[in-house]
Amino acid sequence: MAANLRNQNQLLSKMAIGDGHGENSPYFDGWKAYDEYPYHPIDRPDGVIQMGLAENQLCFDLIQDWLMKNPKASICTPDGVLNFKDTAIFQDYHGLPEFRAAMAKFMGKVRGDRVKFDPDRIVMSGGATGAQETIAFCLANPGDAFLVPTPYYPGFDRDLTWRTGVQLVPVVCASSNNFKITKSALEDAYREAQEKNIRVNGLLITNPSNPLGTILDRQTLKGIVSFINEKNIHLVCDEIYAATVFTNQHNFVSVSEVIEEDTECNRNLVHIVYSLSKDMGLPGFRVGIIYSYNDAVVNCARKMSSFGLVSSQTQHLIAAMLSDDEFVDRFIAKSKERLDKRHKDFTEGLKQVEIDCLNGNAGLFVWMDLHKLLKDQSFEAEMELWKVIINKIKLNVSPGSSFHCSEPGWFRVCIANMDDSTMEVALSRIRDFMHQNKDQNTEVKMPARKLCRQSSLKLSLSRGKVEDFMSQNNMSPRTPIPHSPLVRART
Amino acid sequence: MANNTKQPLLSRIATNDGHGENIPYFHGWYAYERNPFHPTQNPNGVIQMGLAENQLCFDLITKWIKENPEASICTPEGVNEFKEIAIFQDYHGLTYFREAVAKFMGKVRGNRVTFDPARIVMSGGATGANETIMFCLADPDDAFLVPSPYYAAFDRDLRWRTRAQIVPVNCSSSNGFRLTRTAVEEAYKEALESNINVKGLLLTNPSNPLGITLDRETLKALVTFVNEKNIHLVCDEIYSATAFTAQRFVSVAEVMQEVEHCNPDLIHIIYSLSKDLGLPGFRVGIVYSYNDTVVSCARKMSSFGLVSSQSQHFLAALLSDEKFIDNFLLESSKRLAKRYHFLTEGLKEAGVFYLESNAGLFFWMDLRPLLKEQTFDAELELWRVIVDEVKLNVSPGSSFHGLEPGWFRVCFAHMDDETAKVALNRIQAFVQTGNGTTEASPLASLVESTKKISHAAQTPSPYSS
Repeated sequence: MAANLRNQNQLLSKMAIGDGHGENSPYFDGWKAYDEYPYHPIDRPDGVIQMGLAENQLCFDLIQDWLMKNPKASICTPDGVLNFKDTAIFQDYHGLPEFRAAMAKFMGKVRGDRVKFDPDRIVMSGGATGAQETIAFCLANPGDAFLVPTPYYPGFDRDLTWRTGVQLVPVVCASSNNFKITKSALEDAYREAQEKNIRVNGLLITNPSNPLGTILDRQTLKGIVSFINEKNIHLVCDEIYAATVFTNQHNFVSVSEVIEEDTECNRNLVHIVYSLSKDMGLPGFRVGIIYSYNDAVVNCARKMSSFGLVSSQTQHLIAAMLSDDEFVDRFIAKSKERLDKRHKDFTEGLKQVEIDCLNGNAGLFVWMDLHKLLKDQSFEAEMELWKVIINKIKLNVSPGSSFHCSEPGWFRVCIANMDDSTMEVALSRIRDFMHQNKDQNTEVKMPARKLCRQSSLKLSLSRGKVEDFMSQNNMSPRTPIPHSPLVRART
Repeated sequence: MANNTKQPLLSRIATNDGHGENIPYFHGWYAYERNPFHPTQNPNGVIQMGLAENQLCFDLITKWIKENPEASICTPEGVNEFKEIAIFQDYHGLTYFREAVAKFMGKVRGNRVTFDPARIVMSGGATGANETIMFCLADPDDAFLVPSPYYAAFDRDLRWRTRAQIVPVNCSSSNGFRLTRTAVEEAYKEALESNINVKGLLLTNPSNPLGITLDRETLKALVTFVNEKNIHLVCDEIYSATAFTAQRFVSVAEVMQEVEHCNPDLIHIIYSLSKDLGLPGFRVGIVYSYNDTVVSCARKMSSFGLVSSQSQHFLAALLSDEKFIDNFLLESSKRLAKRYHFLTEGLKEAGVFYLESNAGLFFWMDLRPLLKEQTFDAELELWRVIVDEVKLNVSPGSSFHGLEPGWFRVCFAHMDDETAKVALNRIQAFVQTGNGTTEASPLASLVESTKKISHAAQTPSPYSS
């Protein structure tokens, strides 16, 4: 066995035997709990509710309704099968022209038609996962670095660095100013990288943010554009959640709008990553888009798209769907409305038990603040709390440390991948837990372990019980998980 | 402001030629695009014979589609599955998709082997599969031996972003371009002497561009070879169902069972539905490895190029229909054979040589007698004449890294019978008169005289005239 392992180490690439894929992390325990006993309203009402998947399942009724009225959109209906052959043989990496035109138009609509997108700059990729990797291959050499504000989507570690050899340098954002990306944080990160002789050649932002659920205000975005121009480094804006902005108080401001106004900006530095996985709720269809203002990058990314083109069957369907202006306008509006309602219902439910969330207005999740429940302000305490949330409250949420958050106690809770009644169940479990906890703290004698006395809300943990659970269920960080967040192409 | 015009630095990968597209062969593509043949609207246009596509059996597929509406998630019969499929992005792929692909791969090999669905890993077409397997097996600068002539895009797929190298194993017309263990050993030895770290051998079987399959003995010898050297064997079997003669395709999956002490960790198969089923647009690439670590790694990498769940669902249904598949495979073989024989017999009549083959969507045509001189420049010149005057976009051998000028790959499976007839007529006219018309030309006498010389000089060979 050992000999075989040694042999594998010599036989395979360093990439194949290394950890760059990012899946050897302790966060998979939550997934295992869900996999073993997933919630079902009738069959398993005490099962684990999945709140770790950023999926948008609120508007499938609209899509299904549209499909029934538009049989030509499919190449497999009697109405559409005449197009089957031409579509099935189409593998041109430019993509179907009608697909690119429809994507460009959709991206414009999502930004309130405040900007127009050029179909010739629409380049396909294998989901946003493939788009991020491709952009890294185009912009950076092995050893080069991208700055990334924390907290950030954990998949970036794999997408941007695994096969490319590029590194990520965190730009630390703090809760004290609501995790805003400040000029000084950017400058600090840039300078520290330079001091370590790391060549920074780009900044990657996700706007709206995953996991924060917030959008960048115009000033901040303009500041970021100035920063990258000053340093002559690239700006990659992942706008995958653009259409999930659900309140109208603050409109989503895309980088595409900012550079329209900024005549000094070197457009060759600006690139957008997009996808239909979140805005339309179609992650299975692997529709990733790179939109670059740099011709050489468009050219190179397009050649690389051969490694991850969108299925022509799917291009055909999406082209038809997104060309239907009336449907798209209605979908975008309804989706916003439903996300807004879901967000309000959930955050108000949390408020009732004195749980705060970061003030967000976008995304498919909330960024929940549980630092007051921590035994102490450490990441170990955060992990302990997380295991309690999974095993006692039976909710699979994501701990902030998995997003490289610099402060413990934050949790991302996905809320758009379930129906209203499941959300109610989740809330009621949280309520029950918080009430029990409050009662316990006033009546029951504390266990021997030191507890945090910083606030009125205390959490009593029985460490022994957590460890028993873990060992009984043979859980370990390395247990292969079928439905882990990185098993899915994107969480 | 000066900044506006300043070009920011891009990566080395972005600015080198590793994508492989800065080659003269695009002339042929442009000629076709500017002036594409149409039987009635543009009968003098350029006929596309440079695309290895399989368009002979779409009637069978479209009939099946009409009879099986639940295969689609967009029909009234199938739409109830839309949501579940649309949200499914698990990189293991739909279980029933993997099972259907495994079963299909078995059928293509006459059920002489079975494939394990748990080893079926998706990728962005065979393009993505070949790149992924390299990322798994080779570090930057490591090399793979690749018999030449080989599929031109391997330069990009195997090397561009992986930074791996290709060491060609040259095959020559003197033995019908057959790959031998000796040739591989020699190439391997030379590479080692040049301090190149050879990690494996990559075979395309059936071969592109040659259209021939490896015989069982040679394949066994190669499996033995890689085991002796403890290097990998990657078999790109993308054309496996295009074998159209009684001399059938033998897969490495069959042979490895016959080689004593074969280490399965060294054996990997690349597959796709682009050629066998004629569905390149759906981007169905498969990495099938007998090495568990490679399966695991390739699966994680598949996130960069998963098959659309919409297409997985549809194809799972299609491939699971045993009756349909059995008939499809039979019919496809028959039609490929018919088209191949029609064209090659016509060439025989015109005195044109070609490599006798038993698979693929193309044949390897020998126009050495027509070369002004046996150089690649002369080949390119001849090629331009064929594109511009004969109006056929065939692919010159040099684009496949062959060592002998004068060979051309001619694709035949993506046109209807009428177009095939026109193409044949044009070739026949060209070799008889020299320029595709009935006018006599200086080239005609050149053709005649070189034919006589080459007939005299030629030693008996396995390929036909």
